[in-house]
Parts: sequence; C-alpha cells; structure tokens
Amino acid sequence: MTVFAFYLFAISAITGGLFTVLSRQPVHSVLWLILAFLSSAGLFILLGAEFIAMLLVIVYVGAVMVLFLFVVMMLDVDFAAMKADMARYMPLGLLFGLIILMQFVMAFGAWDANAAAEGLRAQVTPTDMHNTQALGMILYDEYWLLFQLSGLILLVAMIGAIVLTMRHRTGIKRQDAITQMMRDPAKAMELKDVKPGQGL
Amino acid sequence: MIQSDLSIILPEIILAVYAMAALMAAVYTSKDAMAPLLTWVTGGLMVALAGWIATNGEGTNIAFNGMFIDDGFARFAKVAILLAAASVLVMSQDYMTRRGMLAFEFPLLVALSVVGMMMMVSAGDLMSLYMGLELQSLALYVIAAMRRDSVKSTEAGLKYFVLGALSSGLLLYGASLVYGYSGTTLFSGIILTAQHGEVSLGLLFGLVFLISGMAFKVSAVPFHMWTPDVYEGAPTPVTAFFATAPKVAAMGLFARVLYDAFGLAVADWSQVIALLSVASMFLGAVAAIGQRDIKRMMAYSSIAHMGFALMGLAAGTVFGVQAMLIYMAIYVTMNVGAFAFILMMEKDGVPVTDIRSLNQYAKRAPGRALAMLILLFSLAGVPPMLGFFGKFYVLRAAYEGGLAWLAVAGVIASVIGAFYYLRIVYYMYFGDEGEGLDKSGSPVLWGFLMASAAVMLLGIINMFGVEGAAAAAAAALVN
Amino acid sequence: MAEFLTTPLGIGIYIVAQILLLVVPLLVALAFLMYADRKIWAAVQMRRGPNVVGFFGLMQSFADFLKYIVKEVVIPAGADRAVFLMAPLVSLVMALVAWAVIPFNETMVISNINVAILYVFAVSSLEVYGVIMGGWASNSKYPFLGALRSAAQMISYEVSIGLIIIGVILTTGSMNFGDIVNAQKGDYGMLNWYWLPHFPMMILFFISALAETNRPPFDLPEAESELVAGYQVEYSSTPFLLYMIGELVAVVLMCALVALLFLGGWLSPIPGLPDGMLWMFAKMGFVFFFFSMIKAITPRYRYDQLMRLGWKVFLPFSLGWVVFVAFAAKFDWFWGAYARWSVGGG
Repeated sequence: MTVFAFYLFAISAITGGLFTVLSRQPVHSVLWLILAFLSSAGLFILLGAEFIAMLLVIVYVGAVMVLFLFVVMMLDVDFAAMKADMARYMPLGLLFGLIILMQFVMAFGAWDANAAAEGLRAQVTPTDMHNTQALGMILYDEYWLLFQLSGLILLVAMIGAIVLTMRHRTGIKRQDAITQMMRDPAKAMELKDVKPGQGL
Repeated sequence: MIQSDLSIILPEIILAVYAMAALMAAVYTSKDAMAPLLTWVTGGLMVALAGWIATNGEGTNIAFNGMFIDDGFARFAKVAILLAAASVLVMSQDYMTRRGMLAFEFPLLVALSVVGMMMMVSAGDLMSLYMGLELQSLALYVIAAMRRDSVKSTEAGLKYFVLGALSSGLLLYGASLVYGYSGTTLFSGIILTAQHGEVSLGLLFGLVFLISGMAFKVSAVPFHMWTPDVYEGAPTPVTAFFATAPKVAAMGLFARVLYDAFGLAVADWSQVIALLSVASMFLGAVAAIGQRDIKRMMAYSSIAHMGFALMGLAAGTVFGVQAMLIYMAIYVTMNVGAFAFILMMEKDGVPVTDIRSLNQYAKRAPGRALAMLILLFSLAGVPPMLGFFGKFYVLRAAYEGGLAWLAVAGVIASVIGAFYYLRIVYYMYFGDEGEGLDKSGSPVLWGFLMASAAVMLLGIINMFGVEGAAAAAAAALVN
Repeated sequence: MAEFLTTPLGIGIYIVAQILLLVVPLLVALAFLMYADRKIWAAVQMRRGPNVVGFFGLMQSFADFLKYIVKEVVIPAGADRAVFLMAPLVSLVMALVAWAVIPFNETMVISNINVAILYVFAVSSLEVYGVIMGGWASNSKYPFLGALRSAAQMISYEVSIGLIIIGVILTTGSMNFGDIVNAQKGDYGMLNWYWLPHFPMMILFFISALAETNRPPFDLPEAESELVAGYQVEYSSTPFLLYMIGELVAVVLMCALVALLFLGGWLSPIPGLPDGMLWMFAKMGFVFFFFSMIKAITPRYRYDQLMRLGWKVFLPFSLGWVVFVAFAAKFDWFWGAYARWSVGGG
C-alpha cells in the first residue's frame, strides 16, 4: 500500500515538474507546479513528516502559488520573443546544463559521507515525540537565534515593499471608516415638510 | 544557558531592537520629518556600539550551540563595519535631505543591514551565515532602489536583486552539498569531517559553490558584473555605503568560512581564491581606465581592491589574514574620504559625476583638491601614503605563503591601476579651463574628507594600533 | 473477512466504503440544507419559498438537480477546455476531501490524524483554485474580475482564520479534533466549551468563514449587480451544479468547524445527558441557521470595506488574541480556562 502510494506521488511529482517546464501556456505551468507541490507533500506524509507536509501545502500551494498564478495571469507574455531568445541562448544553456550534470555525476558518484558525518546527522532527530512537537523543540529552543533572524528578514522585506511602493498622494478623497460611523444623523440631515404643489 | 547566550549577542540585539523601536516611533509620529534626527541617532548608536565592542570583548565566546562566535576576529570586523556605516550615514544626511530623498526608513534599513553584517562575521554555522547574509542583502536591495522615481536607481535595485538572488542560490546549493557530505551545518563539525581524511569530492564541490556565492558579495571577478551598474545607479550615499561596510562584512564572512570550516584544507581552496584575486585585480585596473563616471570608476576600483584583499586570504596563513584585515581597514577609510569628496561634487545643486568636471578644481578649492590628491595616491598605493602599506602587507603575505607569482601579478596590476587615479589628479591640477564645480558641501563632508586624508598621512607612523589589533584578530581566527 | 481486510484490495475497499458512507449522506443532507436555506430566506422576506415539488416543496432540490444534469454543457469558444472543466471539479473535490478528518463522535472519523486541523486549513486554502481556474479559463472579463476578487478575498480571510485556529491549538495543546473536543469536556456542560473563553474569536471565525466561502454579505466574487455572476458567468448545466455543491459543502464544513472548535463538537450541552453524534448535527444545523439568516438580513459589503475589515480589523485583533492566549495559557490565568493541555494532547 505504502509502495503504491509512493509511486503514485513520485510519478505525479515528476510529471508535474516535467510539464511545468514543457508546458507552453504559463498558467498551465503554474498548475502543473501545484501538482508537483501537492505530490511532494504526499511524499512528506509517507516519510512521517505530516507537519511539514501540511505547511508545504498551506504556504506554497495555498499562498505562494496563488500569487504566482495572479502574476502569470495578469502578465502579457510575448511568446514569439521568448522563443527567439530561447533559440539564441539555448546552446549556452545546454552547455551549462551539461557541466552541472557532469558535476552531479562526479559529486554523487563519489558519495562517501564518512562515519563522523553519520554520527553528526543522527543527533538532531528525536525519537520519543511526534514530529510537530520535535520541530517546535528544535525551532524555538536550539535554533532560537535563527528563528528570530528570519523574523528580522521578513521585517526588512516588509519595510522594503512599503518604501518602494507606497505613495502619499495629496489631494485625493479618503474614506475614514471611524468618522463615517461616528456621524450623527441629526446633524447630517435636515427634515423638511414639503407642502404639496409648493416646493421648497 | 540562554542568558549567557543573550549577553554574547547583546550588541546585535541592541541594534535590532533600536531599529524596530525607532521604526515604530517614526511611523506613529512625524514620519519623514524625523529622518535627519534618526540618521544622526543611528550613527551615534553605531559608534557607541563600536566603542563598546572594541573595549569590552575578551577571548572567544560561543553562543547558541556554536551558531554564533564572538572572537577577536569578529570584533575587529564589527568595529570596522559599525564605524564605516556610521560615517556613511552621517555623511549622507545633508545630501539626501537637500534632495528630498531621506525617508526615515533609510537609516533603519542601514541599521538592520548592519545587524546582518554583524551576524555574517560572527557566523559559526551555515544557517546563521545564510540568515545574516540575506538580512544584509535584502536591506541593500531596497536602499539601492530607494529613489524609486529614477529609472537608474530602480534598475540598479532590480539588477542587484536578481543577481543577488542567483548568488544566494549558488551559496545555498553549496551549503546543502557541504551539509550532505559532512552531516552538519556547524563550522566546527565541518572541520571535523574534513579532518578524518581527505576532503571528499562532494565537499569540495560544496566549497566551490560557497566561494562563488560569497565572491559575488565581495564583487570579485567573474562575479562582478553587477557592481558598476549598481554603483552608478544607486544614490551616491548608498553607493558609498555599498563600497564600505558590506565589503568588510563579506570579506569577514569569506575568512570565517575558509578558516573555521575548511581551515584544514588550505591547499584545496587557496588556488581558487588566488585565481579570483588575480582576475579581480587586473579587470578592476584595466576596465576602470575607460570610465568617465566617477561612481563607475570607484566600482572598478573596489573590484581591484577586493582582489588585493583576497590575495591576503589566498596566502592561507595567519599573517595573510592579518594583512587582509589591515587592508580592509585602510580601504574603508580611504573610501569614506573619497566618497565624501564625491558627495560634494555638484553644480548648481545638481550632483555631477563626470570626472572631467573636475578640471582646474585645485584652483577653486585647493584644500579639498589636496586632500583628494592624498586619497587618490593612497588608493593607487603610492609610497608614503597608508594605501601603500596595505598593499605591501598583502603582497608580503602572498610571497611568504608561497604565491610569489600572485605577488608579482599584484604589483603589475597596481601599476596599471595607478593610471586612472592619477588621471583625476591631472584633471584637478592641470586640466583645461572650463565650467567648474561649485565650491559647496556641508562641513560634515569636509570634515570626513580632511580626516580621512590626514589618516592616510599620519597613519604611516604606527597605523593607530590597527596592526596589533589585526594580528590578534587573525590569531583568533586561525588556530 | 477480517483477514481479507488486511490485504491491499481489502484496505482499498474498506476505505472506499468509508468514504461513500460519509459522502452520500452528506450530499443528501445538502439537498435539504439548500431547501432550508431558501425557506429561511423566503421567510425573512415574507415569501413562501419553494412549495411546489413534493410535500412543502421538500423535493425542490432534487428537481433542480435533475434540471441541471440534463441540460447542455456550454463551453465558450475561447475557453481553455481542460481547465474550464477541471475548475468546478477542483472546487467540489477540495470541499469534499476536507471531510476526511472531521469527526462526528469519538470514533466516527475516516482518518484520525495528528495535524487534522492543519489539514482542513490546507485543503480549504486550496479551494481558491477552483475559483481562479474557472475565472481564468472562461476567457471573459467578468469571470476574470470575479476570480481576482475572490482570490484576494479568500487569502485575506484565511490569514485571520489561521490565527484564530492557533489560539484554539494553544489552549488545547494538540491539533487533533478529538483532543480539541475532549479538552472542552467538563462538569458544567456548555460552559466548558471554547465559545466562552474564545468568544470574540468565535464571532471572528464565523465572519471569516462567511468571507472564505463567498457567502453574503461577502459574495463579491459573484456580485450580480456588478459582475453578473462573477466567475460562474460562463458556466451552465453540470459544471455549474458542481460549483454550487462545492460551495455549499464548504459552507457546511465551516459549520462543522465552528461546532468542533467552539461549540464542543459531540459533547452534550447539559451535564448528565449523554454525548453523541446527534449533538454534533444539531450544532451544525444551529450554525447553518445563522449562515442563512445573515444571507437574508445583511446588505453586501463594498470591496474596499471587505479588504479593510480583513486586514485592518480582523488581522490585528486575532494576532493580539493569539498573544493574549499564549500568556493566559502559560501563566494559567482565569482558572486554567486557556490551558487545557492535560486533557488535550501533550
């Protein structure tokens, strides 16, 4: 059963990744990428890392990819120009791809993580609690510093977005919900009794 | 445990908390009206922290299970970073206020990026290294594009961002390979695995990717392409910042990774660094000759200088690290002075960056021209100035480290590079008559220019004790 | 038989049977909920509502169903066929799969997993794809605008839903629905449930649920006065039906969530009465009644008001509440009302 689930997820992850690259329509690419993400979440579950799996879905599929889809849908992509560029840079790209592939083969062909490395790797995996709790222990205890630093990084990103995009326009009408709600009907309106045939 | 950890990273915490508090204060009160004040306060706080770090730190303290290292090396680099950042902030206030560019976020982004730099030089773990690096870079991307209505500035920001993201990717890929082969992200653990035998091929790949990522941050050739465009496009005070503090931090990070994590495999990376060094020196020297824009020229100048600093690292000795630190300290001082001069270059209130506008400058402002002359001689490495001693140290380190060919190449590159520095001197003293620059500029800029020039002259007596401090710092890193 | 159930085929059949046992009654119940919805709406407006098909119009939903499936499926010429047809399916399937972890009592649950509440949250964050895909694939202006609105709206309110859920998780110390419900058990019946300590959050959750499921007064994606029918403009026949069902299943799911998180799930409100599935259904019906009433009595929000409410009111408030709950749980304020870790997980 597990094996079946593994192959299901693995194949759909690879298919998703493949069509992300091959698909001609960018929106389809994004949808295939979503499939790849969902399948990898499935693979995480098979590994027993259910918390990471859920986070992958919530953060990447639920938030990041939606924004991606937004951007891709709004963009007016010129496919002809893209293809022309593609033909121009293809040989160079292939060359780099080949070099990196060769590096992979060399690096992983000589896989010899030594005994000391194995010992070091095992240290961080606790066995007596489920993995949400274990992640919490590691994140908020051992890696407290990194956790706080990532908070700072996000703060900088937020400041950056505001600095680069917010404009204080003058001379436009703004709505202030509080003042709107605080309006007193007695002051804002005047009731007049209009006699028929006379007008005001 | 947590209390002692916190007391070790207290300077970083103070700066980060200050930045957040000041942000809140400015947002909820007067916004940009507060910016000049915030700039000075931030600068003051950085100087105070630098003084504190310089006088209080002792020995090697390790916090957060080895993720954060506070040793002599880190303290030396932090003092240099803080002082450089503070000077640039103070210098930029007048310039930016007059052009309406000074948003209150600017000093705070600089402060946050300095926090990142301090993390970088203290990193004891691949993850804290990356976090520090990202914190620093993200803030830098933003301030590069600070003038969002200028096409050049936004282009600079975008270019820096895209290429920076690529280099972060390279670095992360390297880090993951290193983790995969050594089983740990801690530098102290990586060095252990390297000890157990030869450095394996996978680890070496990881190291090379790490070096490429970091070489981008110090803008060493062949990862330098972004530098001229970003230097030219960013507002001048931001360029001044780019040329100083982040360079020290990136070199500190370089040394940290190479010695703390791969200190037992000097032979493996020494050649790579030497290659980066020689390429940077020559490209920086040759490409600067064609430049007319002084900010672009300074970009190539900084590429060449990074080549010299890398030469110290390539030596792979304690003396090499010491030479690199001395070189960086001198480089930062020179650049602060040179950018103070560039910030003063303006005509009718509009900044000018063409070097030919300096024609006959010496007649109108002899004092400033003389100070700039001293700085340019120092940048070129002409003997009695301090810049020469910096070059002398790294060349000696390379020679003693068995890289005589690199030392010879360094001498040749420095002779080529002297040409474009001296060309500015020629324009200032013997150039054609023509429309000249105004003789304006705030007293702060004038003060920095003069002080920096004075340091270049007076420093040759005893280097203000930097030599000894650098020796202690180098000894703390390499052991 | 017992042996057969351990073979792969047996497990497969067992799971399919469980799923059918859940989905079929759910869909049937849905038909009557739809009827109830319309009846309540009509009653508020002093109309009669559906009253022709079957006794009191009870069969109205089934008649609608038949009408939808026998009509012709119209696909616009410029539409992206595959995505166009997939979108309603995504909408329905995402709404249905979330039910896998919803328990109706101590044991009645298809999959009792540790991170159940995160799973529901993850799946409900995927529902937005049905809307975006449909709006985009229609290749038409109004659907596209509707899809963009809907995506922004759903993402905005998901943030506060997530934070509200975190408050509940903090109090319970577990992300399992069983643990969450058991932590609400106590000697005082309904006074032990989370609606009391988390009262403001229950209101916020309910309102966010309205926005998340595109129900009035937040039905801007299909605001008929502006966008005709939003992302559903080009849909007809069965695909449209799938959208309708998917939407309603999501609404009922939200009812179940409110019942489980704040109203004690299958626990009995009065001490002494036995707990059981019926209580769960009663609570879901109770919440659904509010959904219908709100639809009937509130005017539609304007889009900027909706965004302001989400980001400037709900987000800070729910974030502040998480901080409050964290302190209250850590320091045992209010006689331990916020720290029920001994009952929940560990």
